[in-house]
Amino acid sequence: MAEKLLEVTDLHVQFATEDGVVRAVDGVSFALERGKVLGIVGESGSGKSVTAMTLLGLTRGVNAKFEGAIEYKGEDLLKMSEAELRRFRGNELAMIFQDPMTSLNPVYRIGAQITEAIRTHEDVSKQTARNRAVQLLRQVGIPEPEERVDDYPHQFSGGMRQRAMIAMALSNNPDVLIADEPTTALDVTIQAQIIELIDKLKDDFNSSVILITHDLGVVADIADDIAVMYAGRIVEYGTKRQLFYDPQHPYTWGLLGSIPRLDKEKPEKLASIAGAPPSLINLPQGCKFRPRCPHAFAKCTEHPPLENRVGDSPPHLDRCWLTVEEKRSLRDLTIRGEAAA
Amino acid sequence: MSANRGEPLVETIHLKKYFPIRKGLLQREVARVHAVDDVTLQVFKGETVGLVGESGCGKSTFGRTVVRLLEPTEGDIRFEGRSIAKLGPRALRPLRREMQMVFQDPYSSLNPRKRVGSIIGDPMKIHRTVGKRERRQRVQELLETVGLSPEHYNRFPHEFSGGQRQRIGVARALSLRPKLIVADEPVSALDVSIQAQMINLLEELQDEFKLTYIFIAHDLGVVRHVSDRIAVMYLGKLVELSPAEELYSRPIMPYTEALLSAVPIPDPDLSEQRQRIVLEGDVPSPISPPSGCRFHPRCRYATEICSQVEPPLADYGNGHLAACHHPLNVDQETLRQVQTAPGSPRAADESALPKDTSGQSQPVPEPSP
Repeated sequence: MAEKLLEVTDLHVQFATEDGVVRAVDGVSFALERGKVLGIVGESGSGKSVTAMTLLGLTRGVNAKFEGAIEYKGEDLLKMSEAELRRFRGNELAMIFQDPMTSLNPVYRIGAQITEAIRTHEDVSKQTARNRAVQLLRQVGIPEPEERVDDYPHQFSGGMRQRAMIAMALSNNPDVLIADEPTTALDVTIQAQIIELIDKLKDDFNSSVILITHDLGVVADIADDIAVMYAGRIVEYGTKRQLFYDPQHPYTWGLLGSIPRLDKEKPEKLASIAGAPPSLINLPQGCKFRPRCPHAFAKCTEHPPLENRVGDSPPHLDRCWLTVEEKRSLRDLTIRGEAAA
Repeated sequence: MSANRGEPLVETIHLKKYFPIRKGLLQREVARVHAVDDVTLQVFKGETVGLVGESGCGKSTFGRTVVRLLEPTEGDIRFEGRSIAKLGPRALRPLRREMQMVFQDPYSSLNPRKRVGSIIGDPMKIHRTVGKRERRQRVQELLETVGLSPEHYNRFPHEFSGGQRQRIGVARALSLRPKLIVADEPVSALDVSIQAQMINLLEELQDEFKLTYIFIAHDLGVVRHVSDRIAVMYLGKLVELSPAEELYSRPIMPYTEALLSAVPIPDPDLSEQRQRIVLEGDVPSPISPPSGCRFHPRCRYATEICSQVEPPLADYGNGHLAACHHPLNVDQETLRQVQTAPGSPRAADESALPKDTSGQSQPVPEPSP
């Protein structure tokens, strides 16, 4: 059994707003072992980014309310003071943000931003930190890092900026790397490069990765386990193979169906998930996916627990009242978009 | 290919768009960004042409120049047979009705201070196509057409999600009943699940309103579903043009092959088996593009000729054009019949048609470090 680095138990995050309480994360549990990649997949507003940011204590504020536990190497990050948390943030847990255009400071040189990250956590000389920065830039594949270290962010292309962000995140050799939609703002060709890079660096640095995305295609190569989130909850959790070859939740089917496939015949019409995700202030009763689900029936007004209904090992969890047989017979039609709503 | 398609709705002829870079006190032109460099493309009535390439390849500039949001540097644009490249603002005005755009970013392309009703209705007001009372009704019809509700008439853009905003952008583009819509990455900023909705909507609208689309995207997966033909651009050049399905089964240009292999496959086993061609580095600067074939520094098939001679755009039959010295997926028979396409760039060497006698192009082995 590999070392368990991070364990999230029944995490709830709520924000009080003028319109009401937003239940952004509503009872999420998962664990992350060393060297593994966990993919968290869901649409905008499913709570995946809030989950990730809460791990680093980035959602704290007067309006936020937390419940549950986030244990990292035996310590509860959720209960830590801001000062204590700062020891971990950027050092043991680091984050790569979605938009490489806005997450680098435009008025500081790339090198200065990386050295700052290093010197925040380690007492090293400027020169040593700078050498490390050059080394990191080389590791993430920036050509001529000795010169480029003195460039400003605007002199980098989108893909290079994301590489620089990754270099910065890795600068303190973190155990957990959280990548929040690291490729969404990039071209497909650059996306392929970045995913490959994260996969390689994970091994070089012996870290674990949480990769957040709205596109199941992105995690097909790199993830070990996948959690599919909807309306602040995990609706399906399993290994990559379980998720792709035996998906159990109609929402996962919808996500799979809406990816244009190049390896298959072109369908008449792309399958899509009808409607939009629900408001997190006013959630539907019972199964949260019910209003958009083509297979909803009477029982769906009751809230389904996250259970291993398939009986697989390692556990393959889902939140859907349909029987496993029903799911297996309905699934292919739904993924092809032929299920009647 | 043109035999049964009738007249093109819009065509560009050796279209060039350069952006000058000015420096110094006198603002002298010191260099030029070769954004679109000699592109000839016909778009026929009722079809969708997908325009694909990485950031900086000139696809957006091309789209904007076609609808005359940008002034072309050289070459001609014809809309329904009439040259519009040199028309002034006044002469262009009636044409604006016929050509509309849908933009990439649904957040910045809608005025946050305007209500949905006026965002969609203002084009009709400006062009005086319908009266005031009728206008409201038209807007509400349009809202329904794009899958929103007529009650949204008085709302502001911030009250909508990204996918809904993009629908507003589509309704605005439709409000003048255009013939041509240039959609510039209309789904790139959306979630995958919403992308599919948007693509299906655009296809339905095309049937309903007899629209012609130029659909710009960086992802070959997305354009497959909407396009009849696909044009691949690289650094301002048109490098391949093909009927949609043929591009996926038989890419000729190595760049297309690489683009195809970058599209993620949501199937772990297939994804693992597949040979992925990761293009090294970024697109070179369009200020001083590489000599010869512009793709040669990143191409795994490149040989000496690629860096010296610009390949002509060659016709491989069935409307499949490509500009490459080492074409892929082409047999000897086809290769013998290859001819320079009429729209081949003027700078290209017409005598340099591919005549690779060894058959399939082989990747040049990488030098071992």
